[in-house]
Amino acid sequence: MSNLKILAIASSGGHWIQLMRLMPAFTNQQLIFVTTNKGYRQQVEGNEFYSVSDATRWQKLKLIKMGFEVGKIMFMKNPDVIISTGAAPGLMAIIWAWILRKKSIWVDSIANVDRVSMSGRIAKKFCTLHLTQWEHLADNKITFFKGTVIK
Amino acid sequence: MILLVTGTQEPFDRLVSAVDEWAATTHDADIFGQIANASYIPKNFNYSRFIEPGEFNEKFKAASLIIAHAGMGTILQALQFSKPIIVFPRLFKFHETRNDHQVATARSLGKLGYVRDVYNETELFEVLNNRSSVHPAPPIGPAASETLIQFIRDFLASCEKQT
Repeated sequence: MSNLKILAIASSGGHWIQLMRLMPAFTNQQLIFVTTNKGYRQQVEGNEFYSVSDATRWQKLKLIKMGFEVGKIMFMKNPDVIISTGAAPGLMAIIWAWILRKKSIWVDSIANVDRVSMSGRIAKKFCTLHLTQWEHLADNKITFFKGTVIK
Repeated sequence: MILLVTGTQEPFDRLVSAVDEWAATTHDADIFGQIANASYIPKNFNYSRFIEPGEFNEKFKAASLIIAHAGMGTILQALQFSKPIIVFPRLFKFHETRNDHQVATARSLGKLGYVRDVYNETELFEVLNNRSSVHPAPPIGPAASETLIQFIRDFLASCEKQT
Protein backbone atom coordinates (compact mmCIF):
# COMPACT_ATOMS: atom_id res chain seq x y z
CA MET A 1 0.00 0.00 0.00
CA SER A 2 1.48 3.30 -1.04
CA ASN A 3 1.69 6.09 1.51
CA LEU A 4 -0.22 9.27 0.92
CA LYS A 5 1.32 12.69 1.12
CA ILE A 6 -1.10 14.60 3.35
CA LEU A 7 -1.03 18.34 3.86
CA ALA A 8 -2.59 19.10 7.26
CA ILE A 9 -3.34 22.78 7.74
CA ALA A 10 -4.92 24.89 10.49
CA SER A 11 -4.56 28.35 11.94
CA SER A 12 -3.15 28.69 15.45
CA GLY A 13 -5.13 28.13 18.66
CA GLY A 14 -8.25 25.98 18.72
CA HIS A 15 -8.08 25.00 15.05
CA TRP A 16 -4.53 23.65 15.47
CA ILE A 17 -5.36 21.77 18.67
CA GLN A 18 -8.30 20.11 16.91
CA LEU A 19 -6.02 19.13 14.00
CA MET A 20 -3.56 17.57 16.47
CA ARG A 21 -6.39 15.48 17.92
CA LEU A 22 -6.94 13.89 14.49
CA MET A 23 -3.34 12.62 14.33
CA PRO A 24 -4.15 8.90 14.86
CA ALA A 25 -6.06 9.00 11.55
CA PHE A 26 -2.79 9.65 9.69
CA THR A 27 -0.67 6.72 10.90
CA ASN A 28 1.85 5.58 8.28
CA GLN A 29 1.21 8.54 6.00
CA GLN A 30 3.66 11.27 5.04
CA LEU A 31 2.59 14.51 6.71
CA ILE A 32 3.23 18.14 5.89
CA PHE A 33 2.00 20.59 8.51
CA VAL A 34 1.09 24.18 7.79
CA THR A 35 -0.01 26.71 10.40
CA THR A 36 0.29 30.38 11.34
CA ASN A 37 2.44 29.99 14.47
CA LYS A 38 6.13 29.06 14.08
CA GLY A 39 6.14 27.97 17.74
CA TYR A 40 4.19 24.80 16.90
CA ARG A 41 7.09 23.25 15.00
CA GLN A 42 8.31 21.16 17.94
CA GLN A 43 4.83 19.68 18.48
CA VAL A 44 5.12 17.87 15.15
CA GLU A 45 8.83 17.08 15.19
CA GLY A 46 9.90 14.59 12.55
CA ASN A 47 7.38 15.94 10.05
CA GLU A 48 7.71 18.68 7.50
CA PHE A 49 6.49 22.00 8.88
CA TYR A 50 5.72 25.35 7.28
CA SER A 51 4.28 28.55 8.70
CA VAL A 52 2.30 31.10 6.71
CA SER A 53 1.07 34.63 7.48
CA ASP A 54 -1.92 34.96 9.73
CA ALA A 55 -5.01 36.56 8.23
CA THR A 56 -8.72 36.50 8.86
CA ARG A 57 -11.46 36.76 6.28
CA TRP A 58 -11.69 40.48 7.05
CA GLN A 59 -8.10 41.40 6.12
CA LYS A 60 -8.26 41.27 2.33
CA LEU A 61 -4.63 42.04 1.46
CA LYS A 62 -3.14 39.82 4.13
CA LEU A 63 -5.57 37.12 3.04
CA ILE A 64 -4.34 37.28 -0.55
CA LYS A 65 -0.70 37.15 0.61
CA MET A 66 -1.46 34.13 2.77
CA GLY A 67 -3.37 32.50 -0.09
CA PHE A 68 -0.26 32.71 -2.27
CA GLU A 69 1.97 31.39 0.52
CA VAL A 70 -0.33 28.37 0.87
CA GLY A 71 -0.43 27.97 -2.91
CA LYS A 72 3.37 27.97 -3.10
CA ILE A 73 3.56 25.12 -0.59
CA MET A 74 0.85 23.23 -2.49
CA PHE A 75 2.79 23.51 -5.78
CA MET A 76 6.13 22.73 -4.14
CA LYS A 77 4.93 19.71 -2.17
CA ASN A 78 2.19 18.39 -4.44
CA PRO A 79 0.25 16.57 -1.67
CA ASP A 80 -2.31 13.84 -2.47
CA VAL A 81 -4.84 14.92 0.15
CA ILE A 82 -5.48 18.13 2.11
CA ILE A 83 -7.11 18.13 5.53
CA SER A 84 -8.07 21.22 7.50
CA THR A 85 -9.84 22.09 10.74
CA GLY A 86 -10.03 25.77 9.65
CA ALA A 87 -9.97 28.59 9.38
CA ALA A 88 -8.83 30.97 6.58
CA PRO A 89 -5.52 29.20 5.72
CA GLY A 90 -7.37 25.88 5.56
CA LEU A 91 -9.99 27.35 3.25
CA MET A 92 -7.20 28.59 0.97
CA ALA A 93 -5.67 25.11 0.82
CA ILE A 94 -9.08 23.57 0.07
CA ILE A 95 -9.55 25.97 -2.85
CA TRP A 96 -6.04 25.21 -4.14
CA ALA A 97 -6.85 21.51 -3.81
CA TRP A 98 -9.95 22.04 -5.96
CA ILE A 99 -7.95 23.91 -8.59
CA LEU A 100 -5.25 21.22 -8.60
CA ARG A 101 -7.85 18.39 -8.53
CA LYS A 102 -6.70 16.97 -5.21
CA LYS A 103 -8.85 15.28 -2.58
CA SER A 104 -9.64 17.39 0.47
CA ILE A 105 -11.29 17.10 3.87
CA TRP A 106 -12.82 19.96 5.86
CA VAL A 107 -13.55 19.31 9.54
CA ASP A 108 -15.51 22.29 10.85
CA SER A 109 -14.48 23.48 14.33
CA ILE A 110 -16.45 22.19 17.30
CA ALA A 111 -16.84 25.87 18.23
CA ASN A 112 -19.45 26.27 15.50
CA VAL A 113 -22.63 25.09 17.15
CA ASP A 114 -25.38 27.21 15.61
CA ARG A 115 -24.20 26.92 12.03
CA VAL A 116 -21.16 25.81 10.08
CA SER A 117 -18.49 28.56 10.03
CA MET A 118 -18.32 31.01 7.13
CA SER A 119 -15.04 29.41 5.96
CA GLY A 120 -16.71 26.01 6.28
CA ARG A 121 -19.67 27.09 4.19
CA ILE A 122 -17.32 28.24 1.43
CA ALA A 123 -15.15 25.13 1.77
CA LYS A 124 -18.27 23.00 1.28
CA LYS A 125 -18.32 23.96 -2.41
CA PHE A 126 -14.71 22.90 -2.98
CA CYS A 127 -13.85 19.99 -0.66
CA THR A 128 -14.31 16.25 -1.22
CA LEU A 129 -15.43 15.48 2.32
CA HIS A 130 -17.23 17.98 4.56
CA LEU A 131 -17.63 17.19 8.26
CA THR A 132 -19.29 19.03 11.16
CA GLN A 133 -18.85 18.15 14.84
CA TRP A 134 -22.51 18.75 15.71
CA GLU A 135 -25.07 16.19 14.62
CA HIS A 136 -27.81 18.79 14.14
CA LEU A 137 -25.69 20.63 11.53
CA ALA A 138 -25.28 17.58 9.28
CA ASP A 139 -27.56 17.38 6.23
CA ASN A 140 -26.20 13.88 5.44
CA LYS A 141 -25.94 14.82 1.77
CA ILE A 142 -22.89 17.06 1.67
CA THR A 143 -22.18 17.71 5.35
CA PHE A 144 -21.76 14.71 7.63
CA PHE A 145 -21.39 14.14 11.35
CA LYS A 146 -19.04 11.27 12.21
CA GLY A 147 -17.88 12.20 15.70
CA THR A 148 -16.00 15.00 17.44
CA VAL A 149 -12.46 15.85 18.48
CA ILE A 150 -13.50 15.34 22.11
CA LYS A 151 -13.52 11.83 23.49
CA MET B 1 -2.92 29.93 40.84
CA ILE B 2 -5.88 31.20 38.80
CA LEU B 3 -4.97 31.60 35.14
CA LEU B 4 -6.77 34.17 33.00
CA VAL B 5 -6.61 33.43 29.25
CA THR B 6 -7.93 35.79 26.58
CA GLY B 7 -6.41 34.14 23.52
CA THR B 8 -4.18 35.92 21.06
CA GLN B 9 -6.44 37.19 18.29
CA GLU B 10 -8.22 40.22 19.74
CA PRO B 11 -8.11 42.22 22.98
CA PHE B 12 -10.73 41.36 25.60
CA ASP B 13 -10.70 44.35 27.98
CA ARG B 14 -14.10 43.58 29.49
CA LEU B 15 -12.86 40.27 30.91
CA VAL B 16 -9.43 41.58 31.97
CA SER B 17 -10.97 44.51 33.85
CA ALA B 18 -13.66 42.31 35.44
CA VAL B 19 -11.02 39.92 36.78
CA ASP B 20 -8.96 42.90 37.97
CA GLU B 21 -11.97 44.32 39.77
CA TRP B 22 -12.59 40.98 41.47
CA ALA B 23 -8.88 40.62 42.31
CA ALA B 24 -9.02 43.97 44.14
CA THR B 25 -11.64 42.59 46.51
CA THR B 26 -9.90 39.25 47.07
CA HIS B 27 -6.75 38.66 49.03
CA ASP B 28 -6.43 34.90 48.97
CA ALA B 29 -6.26 34.42 45.21
CA ASP B 30 -3.03 34.28 43.21
CA ILE B 31 -3.87 35.31 39.63
CA PHE B 32 -1.82 35.38 36.44
CA GLY B 33 -3.21 36.81 33.21
CA GLN B 34 -2.47 36.27 29.54
CA ILE B 35 -4.04 39.46 28.18
CA ALA B 36 -2.78 39.75 24.55
CA ASN B 37 -3.09 43.32 23.25
CA ALA B 38 -5.58 44.50 25.88
CA SER B 39 -5.56 48.25 26.43
CA TYR B 40 -6.76 47.79 30.01
CA ILE B 41 -3.75 47.18 32.25
CA PRO B 42 -4.42 45.02 35.33
CA LYS B 43 -3.41 46.63 38.64
CA ASN B 44 -4.08 43.70 40.92
CA PHE B 45 -2.37 40.74 39.25
CA ASN B 46 0.68 39.87 37.19
CA TYR B 47 0.29 39.37 33.49
CA SER B 48 1.99 38.69 30.22
CA ARG B 49 0.63 39.69 26.83
CA PHE B 50 1.69 36.60 24.91
CA ILE B 51 3.19 33.38 26.26
CA GLU B 52 5.21 30.87 24.21
CA PRO B 53 3.42 27.51 23.78
CA GLY B 54 5.83 25.61 26.07
CA GLU B 55 5.62 28.10 28.94
CA PHE B 56 1.88 28.40 28.42
CA ASN B 57 1.53 24.63 28.98
CA GLU B 58 3.51 24.92 32.22
CA LYS B 59 1.28 27.74 33.47
CA PHE B 60 -1.78 25.76 32.47
CA LYS B 61 -0.63 22.67 34.38
CA ALA B 62 0.14 24.74 37.48
CA ALA B 63 -3.27 26.47 37.50
CA SER B 64 -6.07 25.39 39.83
CA LEU B 65 -8.72 27.29 37.87
CA ILE B 66 -8.92 28.78 34.37
CA ILE B 67 -10.92 31.91 33.52
CA ALA B 68 -11.12 32.36 29.77
CA HIS B 69 -12.87 33.64 26.69
CA ALA B 70 -14.91 30.87 25.03
CA GLY B 71 -12.09 30.00 22.62
CA MET B 72 -11.94 26.35 21.64
CA GLY B 73 -8.16 26.10 22.07
CA THR B 74 -8.32 27.11 25.71
CA ILE B 75 -11.38 24.96 26.38
CA LEU B 76 -9.81 21.87 24.80
CA GLN B 77 -6.62 22.43 26.78
CA ALA B 78 -8.61 22.71 30.03
CA LEU B 79 -10.40 19.45 29.20
CA GLN B 80 -7.13 17.73 28.32
CA PHE B 81 -5.50 18.75 31.61
CA SER B 82 -8.78 18.26 33.50
CA LYS B 83 -8.81 21.84 34.83
CA PRO B 84 -11.95 23.56 36.03
CA ILE B 85 -12.75 26.34 33.57
CA ILE B 86 -15.06 29.36 33.67
CA VAL B 87 -15.82 30.72 30.21
CA PHE B 88 -16.95 34.28 29.53
CA PRO B 89 -17.84 34.59 25.83
CA ARG B 90 -16.78 37.53 23.70
CA LEU B 91 -19.67 39.56 22.33
CA PHE B 92 -20.11 41.02 18.88
CA LYS B 93 -21.93 44.10 20.22
CA PHE B 94 -18.73 45.21 22.01
CA HIS B 95 -16.61 44.36 18.93
CA GLU B 96 -14.78 41.67 20.91
CA THR B 97 -15.23 39.28 17.99
CA ARG B 98 -16.90 39.29 14.57
CA ASN B 99 -19.97 37.30 15.52
CA ASP B 100 -21.56 35.71 18.57
CA HIS B 101 -20.31 32.15 17.99
CA GLN B 102 -18.57 32.19 21.41
CA VAL B 103 -21.96 32.54 23.11
CA ALA B 104 -23.23 29.43 21.31
CA THR B 105 -20.02 27.53 22.14
CA ALA B 106 -20.24 28.50 25.83
CA ARG B 107 -23.93 27.56 26.09
CA SER B 108 -23.57 24.20 24.36
CA LEU B 109 -20.43 23.12 26.19
CA GLY B 110 -21.88 24.48 29.45
CA LYS B 111 -24.97 22.31 28.97
CA LEU B 112 -22.78 19.27 28.35
CA GLY B 113 -20.92 19.99 31.60
CA TYR B 114 -17.53 20.67 29.98
CA VAL B 115 -17.31 24.29 31.17
CA ARG B 116 -18.97 26.69 33.63
CA ASP B 117 -20.47 29.39 31.42
CA VAL B 118 -21.05 32.97 32.58
CA TYR B 119 -22.27 35.87 30.47
CA ASN B 120 -21.61 39.04 32.44
CA GLU B 121 -19.50 40.47 35.26
CA THR B 122 -22.10 39.78 37.96
CA GLU B 123 -22.30 36.08 37.05
CA LEU B 124 -18.51 35.90 36.89
CA PHE B 125 -18.07 37.41 40.38
CA GLU B 126 -20.69 35.04 41.79
CA VAL B 127 -18.93 31.98 40.41
CA LEU B 128 -15.48 33.28 41.43
CA ASN B 129 -16.68 33.84 44.99
CA ASN B 130 -17.82 30.20 45.05
CA ARG B 131 -14.96 28.90 42.97
CA SER B 132 -14.64 25.67 44.93
CA SER B 133 -17.97 24.73 43.29
CA VAL B 134 -16.40 24.78 39.82
CA HIS B 135 -15.31 21.23 39.14
CA PRO B 136 -13.27 19.96 36.21
CA ALA B 137 -15.05 17.82 33.62
CA PRO B 138 -13.79 14.23 33.42
CA PRO B 139 -10.54 14.37 31.45
CA ILE B 140 -10.77 13.77 27.71
CA GLY B 141 -8.40 11.45 25.87
CA PRO B 142 -5.51 12.67 23.72
CA ALA B 143 -7.37 12.20 20.43
CA ALA B 144 -10.69 12.61 18.66
CA SER B 145 -13.51 10.06 18.89
CA GLU B 146 -12.81 6.62 17.37
CA THR B 147 -15.67 6.99 14.89
CA LEU B 148 -14.24 10.23 13.49
CA ILE B 149 -10.69 8.85 13.34
CA GLN B 150 -11.89 5.67 11.61
CA PHE B 151 -14.02 7.57 9.11
CA ILE B 152 -11.07 9.74 8.08
CA ARG B 153 -8.84 6.65 7.88
CA ASP B 154 -11.33 4.93 5.59
CA PHE B 155 -11.57 8.01 3.42
CA LEU B 156 -7.76 8.14 3.14
CA ALA B 157 -7.68 4.43 2.29
CA SER B 158 -10.11 5.10 -0.57
CA CYS B 159 -7.74 7.84 -1.80
CA GLU B 160 -4.82 5.39 -1.73
CA LYS B 161 -6.57 2.97 -4.07
CA GLN B 162 -7.02 5.67 -6.66
CA THR B 163 -3.47 6.99 -6.59
